[in-house]
Amino acid sequence: MSTDRRKKRLDRKLKAQSDGLYALSSWTAMGYLMFPRALLIFGLLLLPLFLDMYWQRVLCSAGVYALLALSFDFLAEYVGLVCLGGALFIGVGGYISGTLNMYLGWPPLFCIATATVTGAIISTLILLPSLRLRGIYFAIISFMFPMFAVYIIIALNVLGGTEGVSGLETLQNIWVEQYLILGIVLVSLFAIRRLVNEDTGLILRAIKDNDQAVKASGISITAYKIKALLIASLIGCFAGAYMSHLYGWLGISLFSMDFSILPIAAAVMGGMGSLTGPALGAFILTPLSETLRGFGQLRVVLYSLILIAFIIYKPEGIMNYIGRKYHQFEHWEKF
Amino acid sequence: MNDKELLKVENISKSFGGVQAVVNVSFILKKGGILGIIGPNGSGKTTIANLITGFVRPNRGKVIFKGRVITGAPPHKIANLGLARTFQVMRPYHSLSAYKNLIVPLNSPRVRQTRGGKLGDNDAVAIDILEEIGFERDARVPYKIAGSLPLGYLKRLELGRCFALNPEVIICDEIFSGLSMSEITSMIPLLEKIQMDGVTLIMIEHRLRELFRLTDTVIAMNFGQKIAEGSPEEVIEKEEVKEAYLGSSRSK
Repeated sequence: MSTDRRKKRLDRKLKAQSDGLYALSSWTAMGYLMFPRALLIFGLLLLPLFLDMYWQRVLCSAGVYALLALSFDFLAEYVGLVCLGGALFIGVGGYISGTLNMYLGWPPLFCIATATVTGAIISTLILLPSLRLRGIYFAIISFMFPMFAVYIIIALNVLGGTEGVSGLETLQNIWVEQYLILGIVLVSLFAIRRLVNEDTGLILRAIKDNDQAVKASGISITAYKIKALLIASLIGCFAGAYMSHLYGWLGISLFSMDFSILPIAAAVMGGMGSLTGPALGAFILTPLSETLRGFGQLRVVLYSLILIAFIIYKPEGIMNYIGRKYHQFEHWEKF
Repeated sequence: MNDKELLKVENISKSFGGVQAVVNVSFILKKGGILGIIGPNGSGKTTIANLITGFVRPNRGKVIFKGRVITGAPPHKIANLGLARTFQVMRPYHSLSAYKNLIVPLNSPRVRQTRGGKLGDNDAVAIDILEEIGFERDARVPYKIAGSLPLGYLKRLELGRCFALNPEVIICDEIFSGLSMSEITSMIPLLEKIQMDGVTLIMIEHRLRELFRLTDTVIAMNFGQKIAEGSPEEVIEKEEVKEAYLGSSRSK
């Protein structure tokens, strides 16, 4: 019978021993904390060495999705803004960087850096009026802007119109491309993990829990939401700018819905709120969707089945599951 | 302006659709005292708190805080002037631990000014405030997730969040409701201590017996109107107040 027993979870001894300042007390405690982080860092950095040319390209685009998933997770779980505007960030970043490269002839790395900053400011300004909305309403509005952009580009026939612009300069070689995106993924991952536990991050989480009380504590929630949005769009716009130089091409498909939807799938699969999870989810989902390419149209079906399975059987996501297993042991207890 | 009067509410009115929530209410809050606002359900007590703190804009009338008109200012600006409030429905940041809840007010412009910028450890200050406010009995409680705390602690946390703002006025919206008798008796000295520290209190309450132990002035409200003002003994003797609480008697 399932009614007379229940699963009991307890923190491992090592977890308690490596809590806070105690982490410095022994090598085991330090190793316990550093092992998963080192595994992630070295795993990602060594991965390109074992891949052939084709999969190295896939890894690059997986990095783009990982950044989007990270920025989605940050906004949704730590600020309470469910932002489906991943495509907006990609499009704005990509178009700015591509245009600078095409018409002014700036070198790609410089274009990417400029596009990251200006793109983030522009995307934030675009989303600014809708910041008063919450939850699903903000999601709908943010989902709409990429479509706006597509129709504006088509209607005015600017920036290459429907055909886009090809022949952008790419980065020096595949190694620079890979390590640039992997480096940025790792840096932004650890930066955001740190941010959410700093005072600024705590205020953002407080806004998610209860924005009225934050107002009553004398803090302007709009100012903090703008900061958060700027951080998320910096990450997203970098991904977009990088993307346009990865393919040496820019066009309206930079605003395609994939960039808004796939990061959410990655976040669900990887574990919402864990930050690492969504990034890892993107590194699993993107190659998966490449492998399934052979199935043609059936690909989407298989893909959806995997997602549904995750939502039903492991709604907490991969990362939260692994984290639980790592930090706690569990046994069945009769009562 | 008399420097004893800290907050002045002048002919304030608010209606939601056809409902007149507050009609022409005026009162003066003197520095250092405790002002009680009583009245039956739906008499507009909480709306007054919302009007003063800027969460709701009045249709008519003015709120003057330290000689400055604050009507229409956004809530966070008003809070930064030193007007803090608690909420009737408990609103902790449930995913943060209890002491991290206080980090939010400690980062407000007001506290940063008064405490001289980023000097000092906010975490330590937060724990200190919680211990002052009644978390001292169990050293582990401040580290617990706020969502898992019992109601008594949540009420104290709510008060602590106001207190962290270093305010001049705290508006307590039904801080006794839902608490057991023993919890209330331990809360009263706490409120008295806060008053001793120089904070002026406005208490919106249903629990008259406990309120009257604390206050020197009481305002009674019914249907959005102020029906009586004075010392607790005077107010409960008034015919209108008795009617509001017990209903009117048809037979004379």
